[in-house]
Amino acid sequence: MTARSVNTRRPFKPNWLARFGWLLILVYATYAISALDISWPRFVAGLGNGAKFIGELFPPNFERWKLLVENLLETVEIAVIASAFGVLFSLPIGLLAARNLMPPWASWPARAVICVCRSFHPVIFAILFVKAVGFGPMAGILTLIFASIGFIGKLFAEAIEEISLKPVEACKAAGAPFMSVLIYAVMPQVLNRFIGFATYQFDANMRNSTMVGIVGAGGIGGTLFAAFQRYDYDFLCAILLSIIGLIMISEFLAVRIKRVFND
Amino acid sequence: MTNQNNNGNGEATLRSLLIKDVVKEYVAGKPVLKGISFDVIGRSTVAIIGPSGTGKSTLLRCINRLIEPTAGEIVVAGHDMTKLSGKELRKARHYIGMVFQEFNLVERLSVIENVLCGKLGSTPVWRAWLRKYPQEDINRAFELIEKVGLGDFVTARADSLSGGQRQRVGIARAVMQNPHVIMADEPTSSLDPKTSVEIMELLNEFSAVQDVPLLINIHDVNLAKRFADRIIGMSEGHVVFDGTPDELQTSHLTEIYGGEDWLA
Repeated sequence: MTARSVNTRRPFKPNWLARFGWLLILVYATYAISALDISWPRFVAGLGNGAKFIGELFPPNFERWKLLVENLLETVEIAVIASAFGVLFSLPIGLLAARNLMPPWASWPARAVICVCRSFHPVIFAILFVKAVGFGPMAGILTLIFASIGFIGKLFAEAIEEISLKPVEACKAAGAPFMSVLIYAVMPQVLNRFIGFATYQFDANMRNSTMVGIVGAGGIGGTLFAAFQRYDYDFLCAILLSIIGLIMISEFLAVRIKRVFND
Repeated sequence: MTNQNNNGNGEATLRSLLIKDVVKEYVAGKPVLKGISFDVIGRSTVAIIGPSGTGKSTLLRCINRLIEPTAGEIVVAGHDMTKLSGKELRKARHYIGMVFQEFNLVERLSVIENVLCGKLGSTPVWRAWLRKYPQEDINRAFELIEKVGLGDFVTARADSLSGGQRQRVGIARAVMQNPHVIMADEPTSSLDPKTSVEIMELLNEFSAVQDVPLLINIHDVNLAKRFADRIIGMSEGHVVFDGTPDELQTSHLTEIYGGEDWLA
């Protein structure tokens, strides 16, 4: 082999397919900006409108605090009930979906259920359930139960698929029935993460339960939307501030709950 | 110490292991085990030696059906393992204690919970879940933990233990089953030489006290010679040596492992 041929050996091959892909993305982005009428003057005008809107938000108006508290309580109730049932249902569904412990005939239907629950945004579920069970918190609860199953079910199944199978093998070798294997060899490995998912989902449910009201599924969202449409910006501000407070409290609680269960 | 299985007839069958023409193919037509046959009757320590990938672990797992044998007959303590399924298989497994190379403990559970895992096969699920084991099982678990020298670690979590300590828990778990046969799959491979000897001593001691056969997969030929009553050499899915440690000659080792340089 000559020195020349050593020089021509290239360790990093150019990937023309990837380069073409990047170019394609650039071209599409340019086209989309022009097609959607996104322009600088519009953005600048928008800034002015935004400033005016923010100015009208203050000072916040807490005169109707009774309505506010009532709505917030309903929101919390929706989140708590939906989280409780969502977690309850997602446990068995997530377990069934774990491909390392379950045969395909069990895991595929469970994965399909999770997939359906994940494919719609909560707002779409909320619209469907408002049609089905009428206006009110019931529709919101059902919505968030489905959202929870989609989220926790999937993550729980993945957590189970990542466990070490060594203790499972040991328990099987000792003749343990399947349920005992789950309790002794699987649960201890996933409990921590499951608590993490559940508290995170509770947090998410809290936020989502403020939103489902916009389509009439109960909670503070309905009042928020009404205030917005009536140009009641000072009351709107009060609502937004109380939602921020609520989420901060729930986040604080979530951290505390996790600390109790961690290790 | 008396063993509950020592009285009555069938004493020999209770502590026996008969393996006949066992074949295992992971891929059809490419057998890993090509007709393994041997018997172990009564108390004795049998070491299975052989190069990596020759199917030693597969053989042990075929015996308690963690892996399905493709063909052959396996009779443990009078139970034909290959014909069992469901509850009866679990019951039969309960009488085969197994010790693993990487200990296979539940890391997040305490030592005593891990030892009591050996009783899962005979404990109803709800009792296991609520940790409501019969008092005699709990007493026995304490006794075994004491015996393997972990008396101070009863409630310590398994992941806080060293390798040697973990393997001791693994052994206590296997003995907790009151097994008719104890199997150990490379029990010393993850341990230092001194700990390895201690673990082998412990296994031999329990096998003697329980008066049951002990079947050990092992890489270390010297350890095998030192602790075994009988050595089975496997190579490429066949048994190529079966005899006492004294009978094992260099020529046999060459046949089992191939080559000679490593013996120098």
